[in-house]
Amino acid sequence: MQKNIICVACPMGCAVTVEIAENGDILSVTGNTCKRGDAYARAECTNPVRSLATTVKVNGGIHNVVPCKSAGSLPKDKIMECMKIINAAQAEAPVSLGDVLVSNILDTGVDIVATNHCPAK
Amino acid sequence: MLNYDIVVIGGGPAGMAAALKAKECGVDSILILERAETLGGILEQCIHTGFGLHYFGEELSGPEYADRFIQLVDEQKIEYKTDTMALEITENNIVYAINKTDGLLEIQAKAIILAMGCRERPRGALNIAGSRASGVMSAGTAQKYVNIDGYMPGKKVVILGSGDIGLIMARRMTLEGAQVKCVCELMPYSSGLTRNIVQCLDDFNIPLHLSCTVVNIHGKERVEGVTIAKVDENRRPIPGTEEYIECDTLLLSVGLIPENELTRAVGINLDPVTSGAVVDEYRETSHKGVFACGNVLHVHDLVDYVTLESQTAGEGAARYVLGKTEAAEYITTKGVNGVRYIVPQKVNIRNSGDVKLYFRVGQVYKNAKTVVKYNGEEIISKKRPRLAPGEMENVIIKNDMLKNFAEGGVIEISVEV
Ligand SMILES: Cc1cc2nc3c(=O)[nH]c(=O)nc-3n(C[C@H](O)[C@H](O)[C@H](O)COP(=O)(O)OP(=O)(O)OC[C@H]3O[C@@H](n4cnc5c(N)ncnc54)[C@H](O)[C@@H]3O)c2cc1C
Ligand code: SF4
Repeated sequence: MQKNIICVACPMGCAVTVEIAENGDILSVTGNTCKRGDAYARAECTNPVRSLATTVKVNGGIHNVVPCKSAGSLPKDKIMECMKIINAAQAEAPVSLGDVLVSNILDTGVDIVATNHCPAK
Repeated sequence: MLNYDIVVIGGGPAGMAAALKAKECGVDSILILERAETLGGILEQCIHTGFGLHYFGEELSGPEYADRFIQLVDEQKIEYKTDTMALEITENNIVYAINKTDGLLEIQAKAIILAMGCRERPRGALNIAGSRASGVMSAGTAQKYVNIDGYMPGKKVVILGSGDIGLIMARRMTLEGAQVKCVCELMPYSSGLTRNIVQCLDDFNIPLHLSCTVVNIHGKERVEGVTIAKVDENRRPIPGTEEYIECDTLLLSVGLIPENELTRAVGINLDPVTSGAVVDEYRETSHKGVFACGNVLHVHDLVDYVTLESQTAGEGAARYVLGKTEAAEYITTKGVNGVRYIVPQKVNIRNSGDVKLYFRVGQVYKNAKTVVKYNGEEIISKKRPRLAPGEMENVIIKNDMLKNFAEGGVIEISVEV
């Protein structure tokens, strides 16, 4: 199987092609202009990760929601599932920057933490 | 009348960084005026991560980045007034401002730092045919609804303009369950960062249509759909390429304009390309003692550059207040052949340090060179594997070079392929 990836490890944005065998082994990486592109493309094909930034509902705060982020990277294919859990969560004002709003989301070992303060109304 | 050495207008990252630097340089009497209810500026609504990579070496979200500076402002006991709108500045550096508790404020400043940021181009600037149905808004307005008010403005979305705010909102609306049908971009390239195209569109299979625009908006009370069409090289819609797309929301992400009403009213010279003031290397405008920095000076894509530029302006204002400015002999800078603009537009050759020139190109180039010439003679040349309008470039003019220049000289920067 062939996979086309745009490397974003630097602003060049090279188009990289990865050749993947039936068993998932990577046969070749082409199109990258440097080593970093090779590593990036391999990671994208084997274990793509993303950080997630969203909001959590707050009760009794000056705003209805407080922004939050994943304290580490999450598997890319679990992002939408994480959103469901985060959207079902609620926090009570006051919330402080850094507060853990959802701990160990989907057993990934990653916490969802507040990225701003939300004082009580 | 109140008296301050420095009045800073705008409490976003630019205003805070400028005030902090001025304080560090030895000025104690500083007042920041901010129209919104908190300091932080537009960063408060930019909840995605990716801020501060250059400055803090960490990927912070907008509010986290702002919070670091808000804490420093508090620690340094810099005075600020929120919910306070600056209305006017005068020839003699008096600032008029208004708020609910003080009423009308009259503040005499020795120096003023303009840090009012920018705002988005409204739909009026676009001339799309069709009804005035609700559901058409700027991407920044939608960003505020979703990220601060916790309110989703629509379910089926089309985005016009592929600038970073549009791309970021495509992902944000998708995460919150909306269906983003496509992003249309008038130009043959996106002005957004490649990283955002990959992580905000490709990750969610959102199509990006280049050389494409919205030609009609349908619906009476609420938007029901839009007609998009391909455009030719003169950006005119090509008949026969129209396509109807059902949607209830159209987000416009078609560029930012510096918010320079105050600047214009007092007669400060503006650069027609940046829509910001014409400044020297300390970001002093044509009006003595008035400095400008951040998005009010020229639109930045990275907040880190806003911070650095604002520190320069803060230092400049402090030097001015403390009477440390050198006599001035200016050379001018000029972008030619692919370079749209350069900031600063003029440089004092008596300056005792190196000077960094920031510039932007007008289109995408691969394997090009940026060439700096002084009075027609090449002085610096840099190979650049990739240049893009969305990414600001810079070049440093070393002080030993500067010393050899003569008043009235011209520095030109160009792209060579
Ligand atoms: C909608 C939008 C979204 C953006 N999203 C991103 C993004 O995702 N990533 C990114 O890197 N950059 C983004 N930017 C760019 C971002 O603006 C800059 O990185 C940075 O925040 C600019 O800092 P600033 O201090 O110059 O302006 P701002 O942050 O805009 O701050 C200006 C401040 O001045 C205040 N002000 C204006 N006029 C007055 C007045 N007359 N009196 C008193 N106060 C006044 C405003 O209320 C505001 O708080 C965005 C810009 C906009 C407009
Ligand atoms: S392959 Fe190397 S040069 Fe190309 S985008 Fe990736 S990191 Fe940059």
